[in-house]
Amino acid sequence: MKYIDEYRSPELVNCLLSLIKQTSTKEINLMEVCGGHTMAIHKFGIVDMLPKNIHLLSGPGCPVCVTDKKYIDQCIAYSRMQNTIITTYGDLIRVPGSSSSLEKEGAKGADIRMVYSTTDALEIAKANPQKKVIFLGIGFETTAPGSAVCIQQAFQENISNFYLFSAHKIMPPALKLLADGEIRIDGFICPGHVSTITGSKIYETLADENSISCVVCGFEPLDILQSIYMLVKQIEKNETRVEIQYTRAVQPEGNILAQKILMDVFEVRDDWWRGFGIIPSSGLKIRDKYKQIDAETEFDVDVEETILDIGCICGEILKGLKSPNECLLFGEACNPSNPAGACMVSNEGSCHAFYKYGKNI
Amino acid sequence: MIYSEDDRVLLGHGSGGILTSDLISQLFLHYFKNDILEELSDSAFLQMKSKKISFTTDSFVVDPLFFPGGDIGKLAVCGTINDLAVSGAKPMFLSCGFIIEEGFSLSQLEKIVRSMAEEAEKAQVKIVTGDTKVVAKGQCDKLFINTSGIGKLPAKYIGLSKAEYICKGDKIIINGSLGDHSISVLSARNSLKIQANLVSDCAILNELIYQVLDNSRGVKFMRDATRGGLATVLYELAENKKYGIAIDENSIPVKDTVRGVCELLGFDPLYLANEGKVVMIVAEESANEILKIMKRHPLGKESCIIGEVSETNPGLVWLNTQIGGKRMVDKLSGEQLPRIC
Repeated sequence: MKYIDEYRSPELVNCLLSLIKQTSTKEINLMEVCGGHTMAIHKFGIVDMLPKNIHLLSGPGCPVCVTDKKYIDQCIAYSRMQNTIITTYGDLIRVPGSSSSLEKEGAKGADIRMVYSTTDALEIAKANPQKKVIFLGIGFETTAPGSAVCIQQAFQENISNFYLFSAHKIMPPALKLLADGEIRIDGFICPGHVSTITGSKIYETLADENSISCVVCGFEPLDILQSIYMLVKQIEKNETRVEIQYTRAVQPEGNILAQKILMDVFEVRDDWWRGFGIIPSSGLKIRDKYKQIDAETEFDVDVEETILDIGCICGEILKGLKSPNECLLFGEACNPSNPAGACMVSNEGSCHAFYKYGKNI
Repeated sequence: MIYSEDDRVLLGHGSGGILTSDLISQLFLHYFKNDILEELSDSAFLQMKSKKISFTTDSFVVDPLFFPGGDIGKLAVCGTINDLAVSGAKPMFLSCGFIIEEGFSLSQLEKIVRSMAEEAEKAQVKIVTGDTKVVAKGQCDKLFINTSGIGKLPAKYIGLSKAEYICKGDKIIINGSLGDHSISVLSARNSLKIQANLVSDCAILNELIYQVLDNSRGVKFMRDATRGGLATVLYELAENKKYGIAIDENSIPVKDTVRGVCELLGFDPLYLANEGKVVMIVAEESANEILKIMKRHPLGKESCIIGEVSETNPGLVWLNTQIGGKRMVDKLSGEQLPRIC
C-alpha cells in the first residue's frame, strides 16, 4: 500500500540493521518516549532484531498510562450526574478507578460514548442540548490542540452544554525529570507527533545540559531503525545533538498556529503524573477566559477517596526502571481483560505491548 | 414487493393473533415456501437418514441492518450454514427467530426475508420453522435474528472439528482476504464517515468446502474466521499446547482499503470478523492439490497458504512480520468492533 509499504521494506530494514550493527560498539540505553513507538517496536518485532548491546526502554509517553487515578475517579463521579453524557477516546473507558471504571458505570446506565475526535464530542453536544456533554481531555501536545480548538469553537458558537475536563500534559518537564533521574539514558527516541506541534527545539536542554542524544522519530519500522542508527552514530562519536529523522512531519519550530491556539486556551499548572507524582509546570489548565467550559470549575461533585495501586509497578515502568515482566501482577493478576493499571489498558501502554506481543519466540 | 414503504410492524404482529397469521402467510410462507414449513405445526417434522447430525445456533445483531454486500438476513443464513459446513456437515434445515422493534418497516423486513430465502435456496437448505416476537419501541434496536441449523454429518468427517490429527508441517490455508466484512459494516455506519470501496465477503461456503472434502484427502480441520478473526481461530487451536503455529504477514491477503482503515483506526486485520472465509489446516503433502481445487471455485480464487504448524513454541501463535521480525499473536481481549454480525 502506497505510503506504508515504502516504510516497511525488508531490504531497507536489513540495510539499516547492518549499519547499526557495524556502528554500535557501546552498551547503550535508548528510551522511546512515545507509546506509539513502544507499540510499533513490538508490533513489527524490532526488539529482537537489534544487537543485544542496544537496550530499549519504554518512556512515559502513553497519555492514558500517566493519567492519575484521581482523574478517573472524578470522571466516574461526572458520569453519575443526572442528564450527563461523557465523551472520551476509547482507551480511557476501561481504565480502572478506585472502585469502578467508566465501562462499569456505562453498564450500570451512565451514558458513556467513545469518540474519535473532539469534533464528534461537540456534535453530540449540539444534538443533545438538554444534556451536559463532558469531553475527557487527555494526552500531550498531540491531542491538546484538538481540545483547544474545540473549546474555542464551543465558546464562539455559544454551545452552553459542552464542557471539557482537562488532564492534558506537556512533555518537556517529564523528560527533564527522567534525564535528571537515576536511570542512565544515552539517547531519546523523541515523540514524533508531539514534535509536529512543539518542534524539535524543546529537546535542546536535554542535549545541552544532560548530554543526551535526541532524535525525533516517525512511527514506521524504517523511521524507528533510522532514528536508532542516527542515535548510535551520535553516541559513538560522543555527540549530543537534536536531530529530526521524521522530517516529513516535523519542523524545528513546530506548528506555530497550533502553539498559539494552545496558549490562548490553556495555561500551565503543576500536575500529577501517575507513577511520577507531581511534576511542576507539566499540566494544562483551561484559562479563566473559557472557564464556563471547564468541567472542573463548573461541576462540584463528590469524588470517592482514591485508593492507591497495590503491587502495580507502573511508576517504575514508566520511568524506564523496570520492565513489565518484572511486575508480580503481570500476566495473571493483571492482563488486558482484567487490568490492574492503565499501562495494561492502553493500546500504547508498555504492559499491554509486552503482554500482547512480548513473549519470547 | 408485498409491502409499501409506509407499512410498519405493529405490536399485534407478535401477538399470535390475526396480524401474526397474516405476517406468516403473506411474508414468511411466501418467501420460505417448502413442504415442511407449510404444515405450520408447532414443531417441524424432519426425516434424515444420517446417523450423525450437526446442530448449531447463532444470533445476529449487526448494525446497520443493510451494508455493502449483504444484510442481516443474508448474514443469518450464511453464518449458520457455514458453522455446519466447517464441521463437515451437509446443511439441511434452518430455523429462524425474529425479534422486531415496534414500528420497524415491513418493506425492509421483506427485503431481509427475501435475501434469507435466496441464500437458503442457493445452499439447498429449507427454513422449516420460525418465530416472531415484537417488542415495544426502544426495547430492541430494529431487528435481531436467531437461526439454528441441522446438517447431516458423514461418519468420515466426524474428526474434523476435533482437530485431533494436526501435526508439525501441516499447512494453513485461507480462501481470501481478511476483514472485508468488518470494514464494510463499519463504513456503512454513518458515525465514522469512512468511505470504503468495499463489499462484505458474506457468502455460503458449503459448496466450496464440499468440493474440497469430496475431492481430496488431507483436510484436518476447518473453521470459519468470524468474530475474533483469523487470530482467534489459530490461537484456540494452539491453546492445547501440542504445537505452535507460524503465519507470514506477507502471505496473508488483506485488501489495501482494509489495511488503510486499520492503519487509521488502529485495528489489526488478523482480528477482524469475516463472514465468508474458511481457515483450513491441511496435510503438507495435500496442500497444493487442495489449493488447486479451492481456486477453481468462485469463492476460493484467492486461496493461499499463509503459514504452518510447528513443533517449536507449543501453545503460541506468532507472526513473521513484513519486515522480517517476529511477534506473538495473542487472543483478542475486549471487543474490537461491537455488533459486527
